[in-house]
Amino acid sequence: MIRFENVSKSYPGTTRPALGDVSLEIGKGEFVFLIGASGSGKSSLLRLILKEEKPNRGQIHVLGKKLSALPSRKVPYFRRNLGVVFQDFRLLPNKSVYDNVAFTLQVIGKSRGFIQEAVPDALKMVGLSGKSGRMPHELSGGEQQRVAIARAVVNKPAILLADEPTGNLDPETSQGIMSLLERINLGGTTVVMATHAQDVVDRMQRRVVELMTGRIVRDERGGGYVTQAITVPFAAQAEDE
Amino acid sequence: MRLGLILGEAFQGLRRNMSMVVSVVLVTFISLTFVGVAILLQQQIGSMKGYWYDRAQVAIYFCSAIDQTGNCVQAAATQEQIDAVTAKLADPSIADYIERTEYDSPEVVLAQTKDVYADNPIAGFLTADLLGGIIHVTLFDPSNADVVVESVSGLAGVESVEDQRKYLEPIFSMLNAASAAAIGVAALMLVAAVLLIATTIRLSAFSRRREIGIMRLVGASNRLIETPFVLEGVFAALIGSLLASGALVVIVQFFVQGQLGAAIGGGGLLINRNDALIVAPILVGIGVVLAALSASVAIKRYLKV
Repeated sequence: MIRFENVSKSYPGTTRPALGDVSLEIGKGEFVFLIGASGSGKSSLLRLILKEEKPNRGQIHVLGKKLSALPSRKVPYFRRNLGVVFQDFRLLPNKSVYDNVAFTLQVIGKSRGFIQEAVPDALKMVGLSGKSGRMPHELSGGEQQRVAIARAVVNKPAILLADEPTGNLDPETSQGIMSLLERINLGGTTVVMATHAQDVVDRMQRRVVELMTGRIVRDERGGGYVTQAITVPFAAQAEDE
Repeated sequence: MRLGLILGEAFQGLRRNMSMVVSVVLVTFISLTFVGVAILLQQQIGSMKGYWYDRAQVAIYFCSAIDQTGNCVQAAATQEQIDAVTAKLADPSIADYIERTEYDSPEVVLAQTKDVYADNPIAGFLTADLLGGIIHVTLFDPSNADVVVESVSGLAGVESVEDQRKYLEPIFSMLNAASAAAIGVAALMLVAAVLLIATTIRLSAFSRRREIGIMRLVGASNRLIETPFVLEGVFAALIGSLLASGALVVIVQFFVQGQLGAAIGGGGLLINRNDALIVAPILVGIGVVLAALSASVAIKRYLKV
């Protein structure tokens, strides 16, 4: 599904790489938490998967495609297979809930009939069937994030990327969002979620990939936010380098 | 579905950016009007050159009894001298350029002069021996006048040889200068229009960056993102160029044909509404193409993946 081979990424003007020599493989149907402090490279990793950035070194394969070989005019078509959710929801403020979700399908040229079928389905799945005519500002944060998730999955993407989707939400609302993501994952969608929310990670007990200063310091199946395994002084190692 | 979406987006952009769109319309209007004026001036110069140069002749003036200038020695040109000039003009090396020649004897010149100066009492004192004869030479191509001037001006009895085109040159150089000025202003204004369109489109894209970001995220093709903005610029420029075309037709109809035509008595030689209508599509074409190019260059930055 997603494979990183010795990927390094540094931004111009900085000496420390955002990602250094990262190798990672994520299989179909997995649910993966990316954790680590701010600036540890979680968002860079997600952006690389989306081909919003190019790595300086290494290869990235997503959905069987080698991203470095993907011409930029094909990138839009590639992205149609990925759903993305952000901490700040990123809804269009002047469009209703229904139109926000439908907009995704309109811009990729789906037929009216398909849209009329798929949008209510997606809204029903996220539990917002009754609110399709509302505007985003009339909704709570949790509801707005549900709209964003509906928009991300309405086209049935193979991979859902979530960048701190619960970052702006209280624990209870977060729980609702997480069970929604879990349901999407059970439907076969690979979910990669960057997060700081310790309780969420601990409760789910899924694969955890921990990043520190651009390096993977832990990759644990069924882990928590803090590792239960024997701790190795990664921090010290990282400092030495 | 997608056409509706694209048009909807373009219309939204136009509405949100109303004041900028109006300024684009005005700048393209003014700049294209100058372009049109420059083109019409060139057409006018062309038609006048065609008309007058066909009529312009080379005039060979012969000496009269009182002339001292040229090759004259205060003696009227003799018949032999006149024949010598005529013979020279009949020489095969020159004759090829000449359509026809016509000799006006001093008596004929006197009659014509008296005609022209009928109101002037001095004309009464004029006699034929004060005037020299004139040979009018009509050339196939007036630009070859120098050939005639050079070959006969040195001959005895010739007072001067005149290429009448030189009387027209100041008019044409003035019109050419006006045309060049119009082109200069038009070029500057077009640069301003292109920059303004680019700025407007960037502004429009900036105010819609959220939509653009989401469209890119969900995999909208670049063309779909780009087209509404290009249409926005093209639409504004189209209105401007239509206004410019209308202005040209009005200028030609009322000022050139109406006032100027009335002033010089008949506007047959002047450009008319049909000329303006031929220029109109050129203006629309320039406006639309420039707007499309500058808008699509301006929007490229927002499409980088």
